[in-house]
Amino acid sequence: MSLLRVTDLKKHFPTYNQKLIRHEGDPIKAVDGISFSLEPGETLGLVGESGCGKSTAGRTILRLLEPTAGTIEFEGRDVTKIGGEDLRKLRREVQMVFQDPYGSLNPRHPVGAIIAAPFQIQRITPEGGVKKAVQELMERVGLNPEHYNRYPHEFSGGQRQRIGVARAIALKPKLVVCDEPVSALDVSIQAQVINLLEDIQAEQNLAYVFIAHDLSVVRHISDRVMVMYLGKMMELADRDRLYERPMHPYTQALMSAVPVPEPRRNRERILLTGDLPSPQNPPSGCVFRTRCPIAVERCAAEIPLPVEIEPGHLVACHFPAVRNVL
Amino acid sequence: MDKFLRVNDLKVHFPTDDGVVKAVDGLTFDLEKGKTLGIVGESGSGKSVTSLAIMGLHRGTRAQVSGEIWLDDQDLINVSDEELRGLRGRKMAMIFQDPLSAMHPYYTIGKQLAEAIMVHEKVSKANARTKVIEMLGRVGIPNPQRRADQYPHEFSGGMRQRAMIAMALINDPELLIADEPTTALDVTVQAQILDLMRSLQDEFGSAIIMITHDLGVVAEIADDVLVMYGGKCVEYAELDDAFHRPDHPYTWGLLTSMPRLDRVKSERLVPVAGNPPSLINVPPGCAFHPRCTFCDYAAADCTTVVPELAPSYPKHDSRCHIPAAKRAELFAEQIAPRL
Repeated sequence: MSLLRVTDLKKHFPTYNQKLIRHEGDPIKAVDGISFSLEPGETLGLVGESGCGKSTAGRTILRLLEPTAGTIEFEGRDVTKIGGEDLRKLRREVQMVFQDPYGSLNPRHPVGAIIAAPFQIQRITPEGGVKKAVQELMERVGLNPEHYNRYPHEFSGGQRQRIGVARAIALKPKLVVCDEPVSALDVSIQAQVINLLEDIQAEQNLAYVFIAHDLSVVRHISDRVMVMYLGKMMELADRDRLYERPMHPYTQALMSAVPVPEPRRNRERILLTGDLPSPQNPPSGCVFRTRCPIAVERCAAEIPLPVEIEPGHLVACHFPAVRNVL
Repeated sequence: MDKFLRVNDLKVHFPTDDGVVKAVDGLTFDLEKGKTLGIVGESGSGKSVTSLAIMGLHRGTRAQVSGEIWLDDQDLINVSDEELRGLRGRKMAMIFQDPLSAMHPYYTIGKQLAEAIMVHEKVSKANARTKVIEMLGRVGIPNPQRRADQYPHEFSGGMRQRAMIAMALINDPELLIADEPTTALDVTVQAQILDLMRSLQDEFGSAIIMITHDLGVVAEIADDVLVMYGGKCVEYAELDDAFHRPDHPYTWGLLTSMPRLDRVKSERLVPVAGNPPSLINVPPGCAFHPRCTFCDYAAADCTTVVPELAPSYPKHDSRCHIPAAKRAELFAEQIAPRL
């Protein structure tokens, strides 16, 4: 049984035109029908440009946002619609690490209280007391447990992100959604936090949904990777297969755009022209067709559905073809 | 002197209640026309402060700027405010990281760009506008006529950054300083912007200083690389040399800690331990020594003696106490296999 199974998940945000009478406009289709499953201890990378819906997807999976349609099953149980006490109990199993290590910690609470909050909210008293548990957690993530009474502003960005990790793993969850956990950190600090996340995963058999725009980081940490564009899944495959044999023209363009720290490596670059279209008014047919280098008439008429081209390799394109761009 | 830009022993110190912040502490480099210098470093390494010093933007603040900055044989440290205003925008221009806060929200893009022309030249509004529209078109903004009348918030991030590049280039500056111009952008847009900067450099022959923390961006666009740490240059080399035989333990750390797109390097990344230094209490001796794992090989005491920037290869300087031959050996044995 999969740990998490997401089926045709949609999250639309309503918009309103307020003139004389308020009436509803076209909704913003932030996430528009994505499906995937996640095994215990596995890491799924979620990549795409800003505005592709990857963060919304992460938050919807955790029920921080209410899904518009689709189902979310956790350990075989449908959790799409649960509320109240059931939802609160679910939070023991699923947690989140946020992008902004400055905005996600309450500046008026000492670190000890921040990390103890999950115990308090869930009314759990860990063995040996909350304080001891918190100090163990601080030690686990590489913080000095004596800094229990310090406030977030006394820590550096990397240390703050460690606090966020400690809070997320306090209740020994089975799934943690990490939303750009290292993108605000300096290069030399990024690696420290990535290693920490990997160590904790190995110890506790945690599963991660790892949301990031940095394709190099995602390649390093993920087992499987899903590429999103305008709320839809473009491609999903095992890490190495996706990077070595990308089949969707969007995946190929995205990868070819990443600069590699090696001078004069004349890689082929697929330049995408223009900007991301508005998710309020997505193109007909394939949403990527307006920027796709190989789009033809059929792409405007027919929505390409994800097809399993090789085992475990899903591509939503009418003309999938391998092209190595690294 | 024939070099277009020369910076010699530049120091920018900020006196604060807690002590003097030595944001830049003795930086020397030069740059020719048509070439690009990549300045790499983490936050707080002094790279942005350097660029502000060249633009003369520390004037009127508490910053103490000393040393020499020569642009085309003009002394930028001792030039009058008035003369400096004549140079800014025309002779040298800057692209900031965040175009939303670098542009005025109340004025249209067209108006802000036209102002940049009219400060330097006596032209009619209509002529300035024609030039603005032409420039917006050149940086790849579709429908420039209509876009010129829009406000910054109506532009997407990539388009806004293009508009800022257009503003910086509108008087054909000979020196362009780009401070993390693509950090806030998606990789696809970043690729477009880097291409744009390259083609504009071919066209105008300007000198570019590219400030970034991304070694990939540097590899793509720079001719020379300068790595900064704790307000000082720790390594300064030509592009190929900097990547093929990096010669400072900090540069090694940057390279080994980065995951790669094109291969899975190893099961674990090798981070640089510890945190970047506080610029008020820069560690004595080599500023990098608390995070360095190679101090055992040093020929002097890393904790007390500040290493000098010295050539280890031709046109390749680094600031380290480990003998150059030993560093080459360490790199070949321990670092190269991890890259």
